[in-house]
Amino acid sequence: MFEFANPKRFMDLSGKLLPWLAIASAILIAAGVYLGLFLVPRDYQQGDTVRIMFVHVPATWIAMMAYGIMAVASVFGLVWRHPLADVAARSAAPLGALFTALALITGSLWGKPMWGAYWVWDARLTSFLILFFLYLGYIALWNAIDDEVRAGRAAAVLALVGAVDVVVVKFSVDWWNTLHQGESIFRAGGPLIAPVFLWPLFLMAFGYTFLFFTLWIVRIRTEILSRRARTLQARGVAG
Amino acid sequence: MTALGGLRGERLTLARGEHQLFRDLSFDVSAGDVLSVEGPNGAGKTSLLRLIAGFLEQSAGSIALRSGSGETITDAEERAKFVGWLGHSDGIKPQLTPAENLKFFARYHRRGDMDSALDRMSLRRIRDLPAQYLSAGQKKRVAFARLMLVGRPLWLLDEPFSSLDAEGRALAAELITRHCGGGGIVVAATHEPLGVPCRHLQLGLA
Amino acid sequence: MPALAVGPRVSSFLALINRDVSLAARAGGNVLLAISFFAATAALFPLGVSVNPAFLFRIAAGVIWVAAVLACLLSLDRLFQADYEDGSLDLLALGPLSLESVTLAKIVSHWLTTGLPLTLISPILALLYRLPQSGTEALAISLLAGTPAVSAIGAIGAGLTASVRRGGLILPLIVLPLLSPVVIFGAGAVLATLDHISNGALPLLAAFSLGSVLLSPFAAAAALRLHLAA
Repeated sequence: MFEFANPKRFMDLSGKLLPWLAIASAILIAAGVYLGLFLVPRDYQQGDTVRIMFVHVPATWIAMMAYGIMAVASVFGLVWRHPLADVAARSAAPLGALFTALALITGSLWGKPMWGAYWVWDARLTSFLILFFLYLGYIALWNAIDDEVRAGRAAAVLALVGAVDVVVVKFSVDWWNTLHQGESIFRAGGPLIAPVFLWPLFLMAFGYTFLFFTLWIVRIRTEILSRRARTLQARGVAG
Repeated sequence: MTALGGLRGERLTLARGEHQLFRDLSFDVSAGDVLSVEGPNGAGKTSLLRLIAGFLEQSAGSIALRSGSGETITDAEERAKFVGWLGHSDGIKPQLTPAENLKFFARYHRRGDMDSALDRMSLRRIRDLPAQYLSAGQKKRVAFARLMLVGRPLWLLDEPFSSLDAEGRALAAELITRHCGGGGIVVAATHEPLGVPCRHLQLGLA
Repeated sequence: MPALAVGPRVSSFLALINRDVSLAARAGGNVLLAISFFAATAALFPLGVSVNPAFLFRIAAGVIWVAAVLACLLSLDRLFQADYEDGSLDLLALGPLSLESVTLAKIVSHWLTTGLPLTLISPILALLYRLPQSGTEALAISLLAGTPAVSAIGAIGAGLTASVRRGGLILPLIVLPLLSPVVIFGAGAVLATLDHISNGALPLLAAFSLGSVLLSPFAAAAALRLHLAA
């Protein structure tokens, strides 16, 4: 895997991979949406609004996956000083934040018909709200430190601390929610039991995953290209 | 203070980000030597000092410290324990008096005679004045007093004579001479002559 | 932790705590700042919401806890930055203590000048919120158990932003999400007493504090090494 450390090899490989990833994500998401909108029956309790679940739940999975990827990239950056690790982590963060925001917004939309309010202090939504702030803090730290190498290492430390802490956060929010017997949109296992509901869910999940990787690779490539441009520029000035 | 054997840097290369500061830099000094590191601004004098102190890591090359007992130390963290540091900023807490500043370091390092250090740098008059009221030169003297108090054998000094008046320089030069006489080593990054016999290391030649 | 072997290093450790606490306790230091912010915030809340005693009873734990966390945050951005800027951090790092021990000493002195004083004046604030005796005790105990975590995790944020000029602006953004368990368990511990139930919040809070005090020196020291390598 350290073959990909060479930016040129990475650019070549990712360039070839990219169109396939993009096409795969488009197909999977389209299929998931079609199944979710038209082929899945209405839920006897929630009616049509349950269909938001097909957008919301996979988004939560990708939001968490993105943080995991950020944490792993951070380890590679700190421990093995892998040259692309910092770029990879930095590129993943805004995407993770986006999917988290998507999860929060769709979760809010799902809650509105049921509870009449756009925000519900559900354990899941609350955890993801905190995750959203963790992403923002990570991005802010990157932007706050001028030296790129140091910014990358500092952000890596933060990502790892966050990864450990987020486990405790999840636990504490769940604990808090049961304590307050708060509202829960997602408690009912009902909609998720029937297998017919699983198909669109997994299609969307895979579709999102491919979408994430597509966008992520695009961002990494952009970053590599802009660094090349800066180096050339610096040499041009000196020469 | 434990005497040293020597300090050798071999083919040191240091890069800061994309910018290379120096390449294949070598030096070799023994106990009692003063090494004057010279060069224009931005040449990497401070970075070399921080490299020797163990704050920075070199991209290539090695630094070996020989202790008085003949042991050779190549690990940066180990080497740091031998370093007496006088950096660009003086490290004096403005809310504390020179006496209080030195008393902390005496306790922190569990050694040192605060009073004789203050006397040696001619600070008795102002020892109980909060450092924020002192001039830059006076604070520098306190920093030198701290060097003497902590008693580490390898002195790394960054622009040691800046802001010192003639008397301060004389006192500092005397301190350096005594230190070297006792088997210590001094590496100083400086723009101006130190007034003591020294070896020279030039940085920043293309 | 290897660096804290009992013996001569302990006196260096205590010397550092002593220095930082006396610096913070001076006029213009941070102790008074934390206390006044804490008291003012907690006192301001009822003005904005309601002084209905039943209502105050329900919100006291959460409000006082959030005010405490914010008050502790105030002095965090200078925790390492002051030493970094005047060159003291270089000297501390070159001293007899490991950088992890240095950060632990800083965490302890930060707590002694924020968390501890806040715990001591919390009974007065409990009075403002008409908490019963049991609630006042529970509040003080929860603050005592939980504020070390605020200093510890805050120190990580302070270490990461030590060389950032306006580090104080992003420090809350970094640290507050990480501290959500402290507020949840801390207020939860008080509410348990007020509702006469047992919900295990206090042991969880203590465990979180212990864990963060033991682990954060490593993260904070790693962050400081980055800035020392500038």
